[in-house]
Amino acid sequence: MFEASLTEVAAALAARRVSSVELTQTCLDRIARAQGELNAFITVDPERSLAQARAADARIARGEGGGLTGVPVAHKDIFCAKGWRTTCASRMLADFVAPYDAHVVERFDRAGAVLLGKTNMDEFAMGSSSESSHYGPVRNPWHTDFVPGGSSGGSAAAVAARLAPCATGTDTGGSIRQPAALCGVSGIKPTYGLVSRYGMIAFASSLDQGGPFARTAADLALMLNAMVGFDPRDATSLERPQEDYARELERPLAGLRIGLPREYFGPGMDDDVRRAVEDAVAALGKLGAATVEVALPNTGLSVPAYYVIAPAEASSNLSRYDGVRYGYRAPEYADLLDMYCKTRGQGFGPEVKRRILVGTYVLSHGYYDAYYLQAQRVRRLIAQDFVAAFKRCDVILGPTSPTVAFRVGEKSADPVKMYLNDIYTTAANLVGLPAMSIPCGFGAGGLPVGLQLAGSYFAEARLLNVAHQYQRATDWHARMPPGFA
Amino acid sequence: MPLSLDDVRRIAHLARIEVTGGELQAVREQLNGILGLVEQLQAVATAGIEPMAHAQNVTLRLRDDAVTEPDQRALFQSIAPAVEAGLYLVPKVIE
Repeated sequence: MFEASLTEVAAALAARRVSSVELTQTCLDRIARAQGELNAFITVDPERSLAQARAADARIARGEGGGLTGVPVAHKDIFCAKGWRTTCASRMLADFVAPYDAHVVERFDRAGAVLLGKTNMDEFAMGSSSESSHYGPVRNPWHTDFVPGGSSGGSAAAVAARLAPCATGTDTGGSIRQPAALCGVSGIKPTYGLVSRYGMIAFASSLDQGGPFARTAADLALMLNAMVGFDPRDATSLERPQEDYARELERPLAGLRIGLPREYFGPGMDDDVRRAVEDAVAALGKLGAATVEVALPNTGLSVPAYYVIAPAEASSNLSRYDGVRYGYRAPEYADLLDMYCKTRGQGFGPEVKRRILVGTYVLSHGYYDAYYLQAQRVRRLIAQDFVAAFKRCDVILGPTSPTVAFRVGEKSADPVKMYLNDIYTTAANLVGLPAMSIPCGFGAGGLPVGLQLAGSYFAEARLLNVAHQYQRATDWHARMPPGFA
Repeated sequence: MPLSLDDVRRIAHLARIEVTGGELQAVREQLNGILGLVEQLQAVATAGIEPMAHAQNVTLRLRDDAVTEPDQRALFQSIAPAVEAGLYLVPKVIE
């Protein structure tokens, strides 16, 4: 039942129509078969996964199962899982076996989910194509000459190719939404602070947020119910009452006001993407939603502001990799300083080094005000745009990415070209808003197009409601890449 | 003003990242490309705008002054590049 959605898998497990061991074995077999083509995983450990599956089956047999007991889940290799090699797709952490669990991993463990393996990604989550991995690029299941998006490309590809019913990811500037769009799956970045960052390897701490990938909005609601929750070990974790993210799924869309930012529908978006997004607007209109034009005048500044703030935070966070307490250490060096420089020069890949260097520069004496503080002021302007827009609408709709998937190698030599790909996604991170991507059609070369829905703070249930109603009326989310059907 | 090769060397030193002679020119071009992209921020009027460091206005919590972590030194040191007698080893810093 590899083709089933998470909701269907969970129901079949609870009704004991299938065992967790059978499901897990099916997924493991599919992962092994697809690995050569997709490179979606960095680490699998079938014995460990199957042991968890046996424990889950026993738990279900005792009548103690919950909604996710026995469900196989793939974790992005940015989440520490005790006893599992956790590399963040870097040479720096090639031999790092996590001594503790991330909060997200702990949550799934406690629910009785089965860890299928650790998915491939851009090194330290820095990238939009999953090509910067030290373990080789991930490939798009719809066409393996194309990228799956990034940074959570392995998780998106795994869900798209039906190697796993669901997976986790992280989103700092679009790293859940953009790969979800390019691989034709659903993914949501929650409001900043809802999912604990404890044990999630840090990239840019004021932007990083964990979230789920699955086939449907209803699946995402199930996963958010498990992932969201206060954790005192993350200083920015929000203390709020537990929500049921599925509670609004069945709400009719009559009366919904969809904001269409004129800046998102201007030049810059490919025609095939535009067509699919406009069709989605029409479909939502048929379901009773009304559209209203809104303005996000500082949209064009979100990429520049992001590529100051994210590298600045990264340069600070990644200073911990010094070859002393864990991770890679250069084999030869003259003295302590040389050991640091060689360790970091050899342990980090080119994109990670570029971002650390940019971050170091914008934080350095004489440039801090001009770059870093100015970017933070622009960040507030962008936030004010969204506050004004949400006075006139309930959700903001647009494309997730200006293009469908591009070819492996097409943009990897030109960082600026790669960064401009993030035009529609970075704002939600800068402002801390929830935003999701769902499949809404196919563009050039039969590659998927993603529809982005963004909401005001804590509007996840409403976003999932809109996505679920759209998915009841359409079947884009149910399409399977032919090579993996 | 674009970065010179000396600027790149200085930044790399601050970042404690070795950039070898052969990489220097390419790194310089890429950094200048990225700084060109972010340059447009300079033209934005932001007088009186409070810098936004964070999405949520949260204040740091205080917790009870209680021991919450068990001693896991052996476990943590088992993944270190070099340890001896419970200490992390680094190259000699004092002659």
